[in-house]
Amino acid sequence: MALVNLKINNVPVQVEAGSTILEAARTLQIEIPTLCYLKEINEIGACRICMVEVKGARSLVTACVFPVAEGMEVFTNTERVRNARKRTLELILSTHNKDCLACVRSGNCELQALCKEFGVDDTDYYKGANPDFYFDDSAAHMVRDNSKCILCRRCVAACDQQCISVIGANARGFDTHISSAFDKDLNDVSCISCGQCIVNCPTGAIVEKDETAPVLRALNDPEVFTVVHTAPSIRVTLGEAFGMHIGTNVQGKMVAALRRLGFDKVFDTDFGADLTIMEEANELIERVQNGGVLPMITSCSPGWVKYCEHYYPDLLAHLSSCKSPQQMQGAIIKSYYAEKMGLDPKKIFVVGIMPCTAKKFENKRDHQHANGPDIPDVDVSLTTRELARLIDTAGIYFKNLPDEEYDNPLADGTGAAVIFGATGGVMEAALRTAVERISGQKLEHLDFEAVRGTQGIKEATYPVEGFGDVKVCVASGTKNAKSVMDKLRAGNPDGWHFIEIMGCPGGCVNGGGQPVQHAVVRNFRDLKAERAKSLYAADKDLPVRKSHESPAMKMIYEEFLGEPGSHKAHELLHTKYEGRPKYKA
Amino acid sequence: MTVQELNARREAAKKSFIPGEGSVALRVVVGYATCGIAAGARPVLETLRKEVAALGKTDILIEETGCIGMCQYEPIVEVYAPGQEKVTYVKMDAQKALTVAHKHLANGQVVQEYTIGAATGEARDGEVLPLSKTAFYRKQKRVALRNCGVIDPENLDQYLAMDGYQALAKALTAMQPADVIQTMKDSGLRGRGGGGFPTGTKWSFTAAQPPGKKYVVCNADEGDPGAFMDRSVLEGDPHAVVEAMALCGYATGSDEGYVYVRAEYPIAVLHLEKAIKDAKAAGLLGEDIFGTGFSFDLHVRLGAGAFVCGEETALMTSIEGKRGEPRPRPPYPAIKGLFGKPTTENNVETFANVPQIILNGAEWFASVGTERSKGTKVFALGGKIKNTGLVEIPMGTTLREIIEEIGGGIPNGKKFKAAQTGGPSGGCIPESLIDTPIDYDNLTAIGSMMGSGGLIVMDEDNCMVDIARFFLDFTVDESCGKCTPCRIGTKRMMEILDKITEGKAEEKDLQKLQELAAHIKENSLCGLGQTAPNPVLATMKAFPDEYLAHVKYKKCPAGVCKALLNYFIIAEKCKGCTLCKRNCPVGAIDGTVKNPHTIDTSKCIKCGACMAACKFGAIIKK
Repeated sequence: MALVNLKINNVPVQVEAGSTILEAARTLQIEIPTLCYLKEINEIGACRICMVEVKGARSLVTACVFPVAEGMEVFTNTERVRNARKRTLELILSTHNKDCLACVRSGNCELQALCKEFGVDDTDYYKGANPDFYFDDSAAHMVRDNSKCILCRRCVAACDQQCISVIGANARGFDTHISSAFDKDLNDVSCISCGQCIVNCPTGAIVEKDETAPVLRALNDPEVFTVVHTAPSIRVTLGEAFGMHIGTNVQGKMVAALRRLGFDKVFDTDFGADLTIMEEANELIERVQNGGVLPMITSCSPGWVKYCEHYYPDLLAHLSSCKSPQQMQGAIIKSYYAEKMGLDPKKIFVVGIMPCTAKKFENKRDHQHANGPDIPDVDVSLTTRELARLIDTAGIYFKNLPDEEYDNPLADGTGAAVIFGATGGVMEAALRTAVERISGQKLEHLDFEAVRGTQGIKEATYPVEGFGDVKVCVASGTKNAKSVMDKLRAGNPDGWHFIEIMGCPGGCVNGGGQPVQHAVVRNFRDLKAERAKSLYAADKDLPVRKSHESPAMKMIYEEFLGEPGSHKAHELLHTKYEGRPKYKA
Repeated sequence: MTVQELNARREAAKKSFIPGEGSVALRVVVGYATCGIAAGARPVLETLRKEVAALGKTDILIEETGCIGMCQYEPIVEVYAPGQEKVTYVKMDAQKALTVAHKHLANGQVVQEYTIGAATGEARDGEVLPLSKTAFYRKQKRVALRNCGVIDPENLDQYLAMDGYQALAKALTAMQPADVIQTMKDSGLRGRGGGGFPTGTKWSFTAAQPPGKKYVVCNADEGDPGAFMDRSVLEGDPHAVVEAMALCGYATGSDEGYVYVRAEYPIAVLHLEKAIKDAKAAGLLGEDIFGTGFSFDLHVRLGAGAFVCGEETALMTSIEGKRGEPRPRPPYPAIKGLFGKPTTENNVETFANVPQIILNGAEWFASVGTERSKGTKVFALGGKIKNTGLVEIPMGTTLREIIEEIGGGIPNGKKFKAAQTGGPSGGCIPESLIDTPIDYDNLTAIGSMMGSGGLIVMDEDNCMVDIARFFLDFTVDESCGKCTPCRIGTKRMMEILDKITEGKAEEKDLQKLQELAAHIKENSLCGLGQTAPNPVLATMKAFPDEYLAHVKYKKCPAGVCKALLNYFIIAEKCKGCTLCKRNCPVGAIDGTVKNPHTIDTSKCIKCGACMAACKFGAIIKK
């Protein structure tokens, strides 16, 4: 790669040709502020915050997209630059709902941070008329408040990146706003609820639908038995909400915090994940043996499931009928656990702590009420962010909490379950069980390296005794799901048997419910890789790494379910899908 | 088609319509561009056709042609006879057409009173003054418009007769692509869309890209208020653009082009599409042109009416089927343009010059113009001027020549105040600079710009703050909304201008306006935003007193800004007829019969009804 020499603020620097000024400045530990820029997915130069001076240039240039050139002289901190940034911020503020004190993103807002950085001292400097801002709370999982939108289009890019594209710029000029086609409500279009727009929003314009209130009500109600369970990935992301390093495993503190919040029982969704593997592996084997629809595709990710229902309704038969771990966990809590403890399932309030906004949609779906029509498997799904807020509200000093253990019996997840949170994890967990069950031989090597890593699509072939080659595919992000599904429509030319699909790029560690990291972090660090690394480390450390060897699994099948795929298992742990239109009239 | 066949067809074509060359004795053309039709050319054409048919004169050809250039005098009919200057009839209607048919076409008697010379008053004693001798035409030189208003734009053969596609033949058979680019460079042609970038240099950038898919794009998304140069070229001479684009393709190594034309130009679209179809059928577009192995195909894409799509990257984004918004540059279109491929983009007028340059040589073209601006420039002359119309003048002509000679001066004895060039991106040229020779650099130096060719003349009745507000209103409306400074900044500028024209502004608002204008110029993403404040800055610079009058004294000197005006009755002129009093809708006028009346300004709603009613000119506003 050719190298280019330039000077930034009079300091010489050598970077690869094709780098942007922004990237070159980073190598000198100079951070140039950005708002709209998202590396590779939103390089549109729209917000004009990253303006810098380039010697000889007619006007200021956008550092985020402007390529370096030999001999270039860049100045990032002149009065001209500072004034330009401040003025642009003041212009943005003139159309911004500055109700910061009542904003969920206060303290974690990129606009707020920049205003502080550039000494904005009059938020009404350019005060003027504003359009009627659109407010959309039609969707189950999120709220869009255009009065806080700064039109950076990061949400649009995130949605496009998912190949969903249900939001975009409508109207023009001062009236430009982000909304769906024909300004339809989000609930009336084919939004899959993945929440990628939320984690990419720099302000409070897009947030999850807050459901902490019903949870707090349940916690305060002595009549209600509150049970919480936490998805595999939460343990490696929750810490970020408290300023801890990306990927820190805070499982013990998280359990301690949940107990202090007043939950009667704190369970691990890893139990549900192991159960998913038991059922899914069984379903796969049954499909293989009985000539069922292949390849089978995982159904843990409700964003992915909704995507499939909107965009590939003709291929729904490929979806595993297994509920997601969250729903399985809930169904078991309100059946097996209720029975065991002598509790009325109607008095049990189950909260799932999820990396995901689509979970909020999932627990309102049909066929997710295994224990009766008025008894949802899961009452409320909270995102990692909502949990962090609950912890803050309770005045719990998270970082200093002691490590505590999950409650039994719905705990003791295996290593197979914990890696559910990363793309390829469900596949690897399923393989650990399915390969042993098909071949009847014990696996020596448990690490299926080929399905690990953050690439969007991974393929592998594993020779299995008694079957032959098992061909698998793993995709994360619905953009990659699209290419996989297009291949299925074309007749599965690669002969896959089993496919794992996660709605979010990188899987649950990068879910739409995870702590928001500012673009400056997202652009220069691989969040999904760093978070996943901790999950694989946790897997390595666990005594049991195969779902079917889990004592908890043995117990529940012996005591309650019988065997995988039993009638009872079907009633509680399996579900149905429905094709959905792209637009509701 | 081979080059020999092209030449043979040219000769045959000449005989088909030029009087005296073949069997045609007289050729009558009716200006049938959008403007002509709007002015009533249709019944004129129909009458001429009907009457000539009735006369049984099969050697009289009646045809449609493009814009002849004199909006003021439409509908226009011109009669060509062998060996004579054409006769130009203006302000025609069906009745006059009947007279012309019976007298001139049937009997060779020119109807002098309908001719241009009679209409302008330049003709003496019944003389038939040819158009070329009129003040309007004398100083013009037609290169880009050479065929407009001359040939039938829908007839490929007529274009061939005017040496059409000869330039393409010459380039493909006798020139290397590099020679074409060199010729373009030597000619000194600069982009006529506004920026004035040297065309040859632009082409050389795309040509320098490695071989592979490349595009040629013609920007026909003409959007400046009051500009219609490109429409006229496309309506009147579409093949010139088609030929030029093929030449550009040859020079830059591209085999495919797009013309992006606004859907609001239906006739231009129609003529362009027909031209492309005819050229393809004749083998002048498509595979293996003239057997040289060079292939070039052309498509038309319609714009949906967004001004920003005239910005080159927004235009390409729109062709790609996306929301028309500009993209950051670099990468420049020459490197990464349409569909991510190297792309050369020029506007209609630029292309219209190209075949002539290739055919006649760079020197021929460069012999006209100023040192750094060669050739001619087409202007759409409008506003407070007698001869509104489309004019093509050599670079270096002064604004005074255009306004006073070609344009015939300001109507109603009013005083010239300023001329606006460059549309919403341009600026105002005050009277003190009216003798500036027009070229790219001079106009930029005096705070305006060439722009695409809109030239709007303003007189003493125009309020410069109001003019600035008009143009800014346009850009606020047409901003795409992508970048912050343009989206929000222009709106906030507009709000300040509103305050000024309403008399609510303070002096510090002027400073804020200036500061914001500078910010938008320096920080906007594309040319639209970067130039949006120009009309405001230019008027603030040239007419500071007028701004101050609005802000400090709450007066609009030109009497335009309603909120700042008051109506008064001049006692000496008032006869006490009570008409004003009876017409006032709010009872603001007091007075008795035969005594001077007065207006209570606190009650007055400034509707102007009194002024309109007064028969003695006793009511004034100031």
